[in-house]
Amino acid sequence: MIDVFLDNGPAYLAGFRMTLALTAVAGVASLVFGTILAALRVAPLRPLRVLATGYVELLRNTPLTLVFFGMVLVAPQFGIIPPIGFWTAIICLTLYTSAFVCEALRSGINSVGVGQAEAARAIGLTFGQSLALVIFPQAVRTVIPPLINVIIALAKNTSVAAGFAVVELVATGRRLGQAIPGEAVTILGGIAILYLLFTIPAGLFATRIEQKVAFAR
Amino acid sequence: MSSVLYDAPGPVARRREAWGSVVGVLVILVGLFFAVRYAAGRGVFQLDRWDVLWDPPKGQTAADVWRSLLVQGLGATLRAAAIAAPLALGLGLLLALWRRVPNVWLRAPAIGVVEIARGLPVLLVMLFGWLGFNMQPLSAVVFGLTLYNMAIFAEILRAGLAALPRGQAEASLAIGMTRWQTLLSIELPQAVRTMTPSLIAQLVVLLKDSSLGFIIGYVELLRVIQRNTAFFGADYTVALFVVGAGVYLAINISLSRLAIRLQRRGSRRSAGTIDKQKLTVATAMLDPTGGLDKSTGF
Amino acid sequence: MRTRMTRAAALGAVALLALGACASNGGGDGAADVDAGDFPEGSTMARLADAGSIKIGTKFDQPLFGLVGPNGVPEGFDVEIGKLVAGELGIDEGDIEWIETVSSVREDSIANGTVDIIVATYTINDTRKEKVSFAGPYYLAGQSLLTLKTNTDIQGVDDIGGMKICTASGSTPEQNLLENYPDAEVVPFGQYSDCLEPLRNNQVHAISTDNVILAGFAAEHDDLEVRGEQFTEEPYGIGLAKDDTDFRNFINDVLEKIFEDGRWVEAWEATAGTVLPTPEPPTIDRY
Repeated sequence: MIDVFLDNGPAYLAGFRMTLALTAVAGVASLVFGTILAALRVAPLRPLRVLATGYVELLRNTPLTLVFFGMVLVAPQFGIIPPIGFWTAIICLTLYTSAFVCEALRSGINSVGVGQAEAARAIGLTFGQSLALVIFPQAVRTVIPPLINVIIALAKNTSVAAGFAVVELVATGRRLGQAIPGEAVTILGGIAILYLLFTIPAGLFATRIEQKVAFAR
Repeated sequence: MSSVLYDAPGPVARRREAWGSVVGVLVILVGLFFAVRYAAGRGVFQLDRWDVLWDPPKGQTAADVWRSLLVQGLGATLRAAAIAAPLALGLGLLLALWRRVPNVWLRAPAIGVVEIARGLPVLLVMLFGWLGFNMQPLSAVVFGLTLYNMAIFAEILRAGLAALPRGQAEASLAIGMTRWQTLLSIELPQAVRTMTPSLIAQLVVLLKDSSLGFIIGYVELLRVIQRNTAFFGADYTVALFVVGAGVYLAINISLSRLAIRLQRRGSRRSAGTIDKQKLTVATAMLDPTGGLDKSTGF
Repeated sequence: MRTRMTRAAALGAVALLALGACASNGGGDGAADVDAGDFPEGSTMARLADAGSIKIGTKFDQPLFGLVGPNGVPEGFDVEIGKLVAGELGIDEGDIEWIETVSSVREDSIANGTVDIIVATYTINDTRKEKVSFAGPYYLAGQSLLTLKTNTDIQGVDDIGGMKICTASGSTPEQNLLENYPDAEVVPFGQYSDCLEPLRNNQVHAISTDNVILAGFAAEHDDLEVRGEQFTEEPYGIGLAKDDTDFRNFINDVLEKIFEDGRWVEAWEATAGTVLPTPEPPTIDRY
């Protein structure tokens, strides 16, 4: 049973590295894009708000598989041809995850007391200043736990790339599971443990911070 | 739209905002115009690339195409969701109740199951069912959807129970009900009612995740679209994709709207009795990919 | 519902006729005149003949071998072979339930009873024999490459180092590329047809799988062509439940019969033979 893991160590490692790379790159990109979206969503100009709201609404109600499907098979019809595999996956994961980052940030912004914003305006800060200097620093604390959860979800969502030409953990599990019939449960069990090693501690960490923030209020 | 971030605008600001809006709309429209013109230049809107929807080639009828999309494809998607949702809800309820067992050691397995089921990609669980336990694709899809969503449902219900005012349980115990009677007939019904919006929002996630069946060979909506494009040729990809995406969006957005409506109504009715801070915190922690707008209501 | 089904059936018949009158054959185009009593009691043949229906797994997106339009009527060489086997069990074409079995689900579909047999460009190999048994082969294919006609860099399998080669995950071609051509970058999708658009958009350099599958794609797309000699031997077999030896012998007998009486050639010429030359029937491997 251990043999399965030893024999396929390199494959596991390559898959794990790919999952990590997808999570890290798409995570950073989603945070950036999601923050821009969140700023648009609370902006004083209606068209910007509508645009950002529409985007978030659209992506949140679309299955990630459909986003991938669209990027791989439909986008080329419009002449949009990203490099297949890793970068296609990064684009899809970012488009999808940033909608949830935006939501997490926005609810954080809305959780900051009204008095804070009023006070900021009362001393003459502009929209940008009050957002950057007063609201955001406070929002970040409440926002961190949900953001961690968004990243956990992203780490799990990278598995969808397995269906679209990226050999990450789940695709590795499928490939090995099919090559070595009879050992599929063991092989997939190994994959599961690698996921849990990240998702469970990260989840507990988020809960801890959550409680701290809740008490600080 | 009022915001904490800026004052109700005065006449000058309102004028400025009006101009800004006009300019913004113009910019968006111009962008849209060029996008459409570009797409048209690539022939995407040519009628003969859409006629698959009413007069398909290769000896097929429009009825065949629509039947394959809606009956076979959407039908399979809904079937998987319709089997998985009640299963997940039942098991989730069971787990939520199990977590109320006073003894820590008896409680531990429930916590373990929830944490593991939450921590795994749904696709991996489906692969377990399919490759590991030799399930048929439908069973594997249902297996994956059930395991994950049962954990989330359990957490939603737990959050609902935790957010109830303590007076409810205290009063019930005071009139001589047992702990279990209290839980089942006083606390749970209230928790389910407060959490209905979250439960519905989670249904959207469940429905969305059923599309993962595409990857493990379950013939659902996406797979039927893919199959049709393979059969009719890539020129029809856009038309078929638009139909598929439209179907998903229509169903999911309606469900999300329903959840938000229920939440607004619920928060108005139960205002004051629920520990709102706790509840917002708890729901935000659950499935961040849920369709529920967490900042409305409460 | 009733009229719709009738219409679908009528359409199916029209489609089959259009495919070529050659589909009908000397032995009559329906089922052979047999019933369950003709087979050993308790055998799979008796069970299927008794039920009067059979579930056959095939590809749904493979031109020439197994291709299904939205009306659900499958066509192709694999489909014809499936019909011939069913016919020898006394089962009508109309009583065959066709089930899509993409490359990665084939073993499991048999193991868990989703299908009774699989005729789906299914290569006989030792790994698979651990999970399923094979009758046949009924055709000998070989792995090859499909590229854009404009591609001059790839003339054969020796040129694929550093190239992106698209194939189906869980397939024999994938395993072969990974083991024997480690320099090539394998791009695995769920099914071969997913590879077509990436190839035409220059996102991958070639598609690699069995020559006949590629020939089917090339026949449908003018801008693609098969490149180089085939570099493996892929005997296509009919998959069935592991160690069901009686059933395997029965199917092997059926195959030998249709090799001899010309129905095999007819099936070929009506389907894959429209694009590919007609080969000699292979020798059955009764392992």
